Amino acid sequence: MTQLLESLFGGLSIGSVLLLSALGLAIVFGLMGVINMAHGELMMLGAYTTFVVQNAFKKTPLEGFYIFFALIAAFIVTALLGLLLERGVIRYLYGRPLETLLATWGVSLILQQFVRSVSWQFIAGLLIFCLLFFGAMGVLSRLANFERIRGWVIGLMLPISAAISLTISHILGQTYKLAVTNPWFGTQGVDVTAPKWLRGGLPIVKEYQLPYTRLFIIVLTVVCVLGIYWFLNKTAWGLRIRAVTQNRNMSACLGIPTATVDALTFAIGSGLAGIAGCAVSLLGSVSPNTGQSYIVDTFMVVVVGGVGKLVGSIVAASAIGVISYVVSSNALGPLVGFSESLKGLFEFFATASMAKVMVFALIVIFLQFRPAGLFPQKGRTVDA
Amino acid sequence: MTQTNSTVAIQPSELGVNPLLEITNLNVYYGESHILRNVDMGVAAGKMVCLIGRNGVGKTTLLKSIMGLLKPRQGMIKLMGEPILTRTPDQRARSGIGYVPQGREIIPRLTVGENLLLGLEARPGKGRKAEIPEEIFDLFPVLKTMLWRMGGDLSGGQQQQLAIARALMGKPRLLVLDEPTEGIQPSIILEIEAAVRRIVETTGIGVLLVEQHLHFVRQADWYYAMQKGGIVAAGPTSELSNDVVQRFLAV
Ligand SMILES: Nc1ncnc2c1ncn2[C@@H]1O[C@H](COP(=O)(O)OP(=O)(O)OP(=O)(O)O)[C@@H](O)[C@H]1O
Ligand SMILES: [Mg+2]
Repeated sequence: MTQLLESLFGGLSIGSVLLLSALGLAIVFGLMGVINMAHGELMMLGAYTTFVVQNAFKKTPLEGFYIFFALIAAFIVTALLGLLLERGVIRYLYGRPLETLLATWGVSLILQQFVRSVSWQFIAGLLIFCLLFFGAMGVLSRLANFERIRGWVIGLMLPISAAISLTISHILGQTYKLAVTNPWFGTQGVDVTAPKWLRGGLPIVKEYQLPYTRLFIIVLTVVCVLGIYWFLNKTAWGLRIRAVTQNRNMSACLGIPTATVDALTFAIGSGLAGIAGCAVSLLGSVSPNTGQSYIVDTFMVVVVGGVGKLVGSIVAASAIGVISYVVSSNALGPLVGFSESLKGLFEFFATASMAKVMVFALIVIFLQFRPAGLFPQKGRTVDA
Repeated sequence: MTQTNSTVAIQPSELGVNPLLEITNLNVYYGESHILRNVDMGVAAGKMVCLIGRNGVGKTTLLKSIMGLLKPRQGMIKLMGEPILTRTPDQRARSGIGYVPQGREIIPRLTVGENLLLGLEARPGKGRKAEIPEEIFDLFPVLKTMLWRMGGDLSGGQQQQLAIARALMGKPRLLVLDEPTEGIQPSIILEIEAAVRRIVETTGIGVLLVEQHLHFVRQADWYYAMQKGGIVAAGPTSELSNDVVQRFLAV
């Protein structure tokens, strides 16, 4: 009994992290039919945002409640970044899923490297470059014959602004030395400490207590799911998103601004990644690679859950969470005590990585029977 | 009946006075196959214009080009005097084109009410109230009883009426209908016919209709006949001869 409860709660808390991170991915996947490979990195950035907010709130009266500000900040930062990503890259690749996959993967690598090397010097250089390049483009685009000279302008301004910004940031580095060249985060992980009231745990049974952080994440997940459900089903923009998800062309013909819907959906999906990242930061140390360890699991949730159904993602995330926990903690081991070989087999899978192999295998088998996921769409599917 | 070579436009005389939609020299390709060839046509406000032609001649292609779902390689499309070729489909809808596509394209997992509300997206001037005006139910009484049903669960005839109602929700200046009677039983066809006729008479909007049923075609004021992607004949529907009917209608 204890064992069962423990694995249920353990699994649920793993599942809720999975669900939280898969939620944004599932919405974007439903709309565009594409997996955003940078979703994990958006989570990672959400986690780093939490770290920054935590430090900003140190020694202030609100220190204990920094986590709420961090949640909001993480949502805003990653939503804006998602917006930039959609407007800057992904919108040019609609209808080309393979290229989108590669492009977002590239973005994920860039984001990882960005977090490793970001410093004041780096930021200053980047800002100067953007100011020069986009400023020049903005000014010159007023010229009447801009379309014709566009190629030339880009060819000329790109190296010039790059050279100027590199020189300035180099000079900055020379003058102020470590004060500006020291990376903010570096390649090592950083640690977010949960506020005092989240330390400790709720004793469920004698030997097992549910850590408050886990409980907090479960509650956070429930709130997010309800919020998204409300947004999709009760608001005008939610209706537009559902319409575009189901029939993009017809939605456009009805007058729905599909480009705005895409941008908004992507921003919300990314913002949810930020919230998931904030939650993840409570569970362990955060490094630039944090996102990578989540993208595959969240992808599995989306695939198993089926496209376009929130319920699918919820059930899939809980199921995958519970199965992972049960397998890796060898909760069923004692039940098969009668057979030595079975017991050996169970013990063999009772490590984190072997549990993952097991879950993978189960998913592959599952998809043989239900190729469209738990809750397949009736009728016509999304034509993205 | 008036025979033309396809570069000469034959248009109803009202068009010069009150042009709603004007298409000149339109050429559309699917990849390398040339589908529409030098199409010239027009629709005047307050008039119902019918486009006839056998299966696969390019009628749907023409309507999709008007909506912006296809990009013409050459030609001009003007709505109320303004060129619209650079606009996206959603901008065209907001400029006043209501589209009822072939196959109806009801959003399946939205309720009938939600499908209708989506029609409001095309209406210029935001801040409008999100409710369905009574006129819609006067035209299509069936819809009133099934507002909470899923769009995908309606019968073909009901979906067709929903699709027309949805387009009307946006108060379009031009209503474009692609085979609204395809696969629908005769009594419902008569209902749809009457509704469309009533819309033209009471609202003064223009209607561009693609149709195969002779009875419905005769409700229009003007016809264009299409063959191999070009307009080959045009005239008032009162002058529709048996010869034309046999050549261009698939009935
Ligand atoms: N997506 C497509 N790709 C390539 N060719 C197409 C495509 N859609 C239509 N066509 C071709 O374009 C031609 C015109 O098609 P269109 O749908 O406009 O015909 P239609 O006049 O509407 O016919 P129907 O009366 O059957 O609806 C046909 O020969 C068709 O095969
Ligand atoms: Mg057709």
